[in-house]
This record gives sequence, C-alpha cells and structure tokens, in this order.
Amino acid sequence: MSKDETLGEALRRQGITRRGFLKFCAATASMMALPPSMVPAIAAALEKARRPSVIWLSFQECTGCTESLTRSHSPTVEGLIFDAISLDYHHTLQAAAGSAAEAAREAAMEENYGKYLLIVDGSIPLANPGYSTIAGISNLAMLEETAKGAAAVVSMGSCAAFGGIPKARPNPTGAVSVGDIVKDKPIINVPGCPPIPVVITGVLAHFLTFGTLPELDALGRPKAYYGQSIHDRCYRRPFYDKGKFANTFDDEGAKKGWCLYKLGCKGPTTYNACATTKWNEGTGFPIEAGHPCLGCSEPDFWDGGGFYKAISTPTGDVSKAAVYAIGAGAAAGLALGAMNRARRDKAVGEHEKVNIDDLEKGD
Amino acid sequence: MSCMNDTHVIKVEAAASLTHNVQPLLHEIRHALARLLDDGGHTVIDLRSLPLAPGEEELLLDELGQGEVYARLHALGPTEVVETRYAGVWVVVHFNNDNEVIGKTIEICDIPELLRSQQEDIRQGLEQLQTQLLEAST
Repeated sequence: MSKDETLGEALRRQGITRRGFLKFCAATASMMALPPSMVPAIAAALEKARRPSVIWLSFQECTGCTESLTRSHSPTVEGLIFDAISLDYHHTLQAAAGSAAEAAREAAMEENYGKYLLIVDGSIPLANPGYSTIAGISNLAMLEETAKGAAAVVSMGSCAAFGGIPKARPNPTGAVSVGDIVKDKPIINVPGCPPIPVVITGVLAHFLTFGTLPELDALGRPKAYYGQSIHDRCYRRPFYDKGKFANTFDDEGAKKGWCLYKLGCKGPTTYNACATTKWNEGTGFPIEAGHPCLGCSEPDFWDGGGFYKAISTPTGDVSKAAVYAIGAGAAAGLALGAMNRARRDKAVGEHEKVNIDDLEKGD
Repeated sequence: MSCMNDTHVIKVEAAASLTHNVQPLLHEIRHALARLLDDGGHTVIDLRSLPLAPGEEELLLDELGQGEVYARLHALGPTEVVETRYAGVWVVVHFNNDNEVIGKTIEICDIPELLRSQQEDIRQGLEQLQTQLLEAST
C-alpha cells in the first residue's frame, strides 16, 4: 500500500469486497466501543483515510505490551488496521537492526515530520542515562528527539503512562512517565499491564478513522475504554450490593462466585474495559477466573498497599456501606470510590510492602 | 424449530441471571421490534459492550432461539447471520480466519445490511461478466 493510496483503494486492490469492508467497519466500531449506528460514518471516513506513519519506541519495559499488541494482530479484520498504518520503526518487530534500524526511524521522522504517530512503551530512567539505551542513545534523548516531530504521542502500557513497575518504590532507575518529559504534544495514555489488545487496536483505529484523538479522562485515558470502573461493570457487582463476599480463596463465597472485594479486589478504584471487552478473544477476565483485580491500569498500582488487602474498610460493616450505596444511588457509590482512592493514596504514602502475610490476612 | 406459531413463554430464571441484564435486553429488543414496525428504523445492539455473567449470553440466545433463516457468508473470514424465532430479530456473529469471534450483534431489521449485495460489488460483477462473455466470443 503506497502512502498516497486511501484505505478504500488499498482494500479494493487486495480484492476485498464492499461487503467485506462493511464487516471490517462493523468490527472496527465495536473495537472503538462506538455505537453500531456509527458504522456508516466510520465506513465513509475509513474509505478516505490515508496511511499514517507510526514510530514505536520501547524503553524500560518487559515487551508485554508488544506481546499484547501482536495478539490483536490476528489475520483479517484487526490485521487490516496494521496494514492500514505504516509501522516504520519498532525495534522488536522490525527486520532491520543496528544502524539500519535507526536510519529507518530517522527517515520516517524526516518524511512525515509533524504528522507521524509516536507510540512509547516503557518508562524513562532519569537517574543515569546509561540504565537504558538503544544504539547508544539514551531513552531520554531518543524520546525528546522523536517526540518533536510527532502529531501525537500514545503512552502504551502503565510504564509509559504512569512510570509503572520500574517506578515502583524505591524506583532505583529514577523512572518517569512519558508525560513527565513531553509537555508540548497531545498524549493519550493507554495504561494496563499490559493494555487489552483490542484497546490498543481501537485507539489506533480511532486515529486512523477520524485523524483526531479520542475523548480523554482526567488521567489522559480514552473514555471509551476507561470511562467506567471494573466494579461498576463487574458481573459480580450484585453480590457486593447484597454484601456477599468471598473471605478466602476456598470458602463458600469463593466457590459460589461472590464478590472479591475483601480479598483485595481493586475493581472499585480501577478504570478499564476488562469486565466487558474481556481477554483472550472475550473468554474472560481475572475476576471471572476468581482472582481480584490488581488495578494495573491505575497510577502506582504496584505500591497500592498489597494486592490481597481490601482497598478500604468502610466504617462499620462493608455490607452496610453497600446498602447505603443502593439507597442513595450513584452519589454514595462515588463517595465510596473517593474513600477508596484516599485509602489507596495513604497506602502508597506509607509504602506497605506485599509479603506472604498479606496473602493470609482475611482483609 | 417448530415454535414459529407457538406461544413461547420467556422464563428467565433469577438464579441463572446474575446481572439481571437478560430480561431488560429482551425488553429493549421488544421496543426495537415495535419501532421497526412503526417507522422501519433499524437497531443494532453490540453484545461486547454489555456486562453479562458467564452463561447469560447463552441464556439470552436460547431465549431468542432459531427461526427460518441461517446464512453463512465469507467476507474477511466467516460471518453467521441467524434469524431468531422472532422474525426481524437477527443474531450476527463475525469471525476472523482463525474462527475467533471478532464481533457479536443483535440486529433488529428486515434484513441485515451485510446480507444485501452491495452496489460496488454488483457493478464489479457486471464488469467481470461482460469481460468474460467478450473473451468467450472472440
């Protein structure tokens, strides 16, 4: 696909029928969490879309985000999103290595200056530039240089968005997020450890379809995926409302699939699409497998006071607080959420370490 | 299925319906069906955007059942289009080439758009047929 060709032209050249294109648009709408009534608008926009250049930089990361991305790159429909962009630099995926790889990045930057999309996974070490380098260039220098000509920056994964695990206390490398460095470009945070594959593709599809950034929340995350808490969309929520909780991983409550709040579930303070979009082609998500949410798409989730400690113990009985929440509706739910956030922040401040005792405590 | 003319009693068991979202969904479908009769307006419900407990989607699809039409098309991987026992209510499931589900919708319309032959494809078909006949005659 040449850079001047529109996506519609490219698909027809590949022998894809109009019917196939409509299916592609329907799947894309679902991927972008847009209502199905938007399909005609998406079809019209994608028909005319031109292939944007994408530069992907990997800093202090574990390659989990790229693993997640390649899971969304299954043949046909989602794959077309990747045919529809020009991934000009990604040092894990590209064939070129060494100076040839860096030359590809520099060429893409020059050719598409001011127009390319920069995707970053991993955090940036500030304590010593030598902690993480690519082709001898420090992460900080490469980010500053590459961000300059970008139309927008996508911080992929919790490390790029918020510092993530490298930034967990005591933060030996002085890790910071992309947003701590880049101040003069629009940034989309796509946190998660890793982000849900379809969320990665959905954000790219939005940029491709509309050429704009999606609507973002206060933490810079696309509202379409991070607009609601795991708790509010959880199928176990009715048990929370009734005050039915699992207290250990093998008690009656656990076996009956009751709420995992007391086992440390971070669902109430975590905003992500896991509960509806789910993982592994929609098979399930951690809570469905009987494990509490770790809150991996929130800032400083690693220092949140222990994965198996309840985020807050509201004064009195949890089930009573839940009853008030039902009575007063959304406002009380929000108050509880705020209380949980305050509690978490306090835990972060005190830096409570996770150890085996945490696993054994009831709450 | 021979229930087209039978009165089908919807029994959603409370114990099985954990989120209680199945019954409201069925009502939403009822409203959409009334709208289809009223002004011909189509409705599409994306099942991926709704919180459903394990088993609830199956429960919903069981309630909708199968009607007279089952179509399987091949466009960027297979797609199944099934009319439910309620005429005008269709279940559309898109797969990729690995048979992984990439989209699942309930469409309330006289016929899902994807089943229609598309203008561009018809035009291309006409061109191909003309070329073929021309080649055969020379």
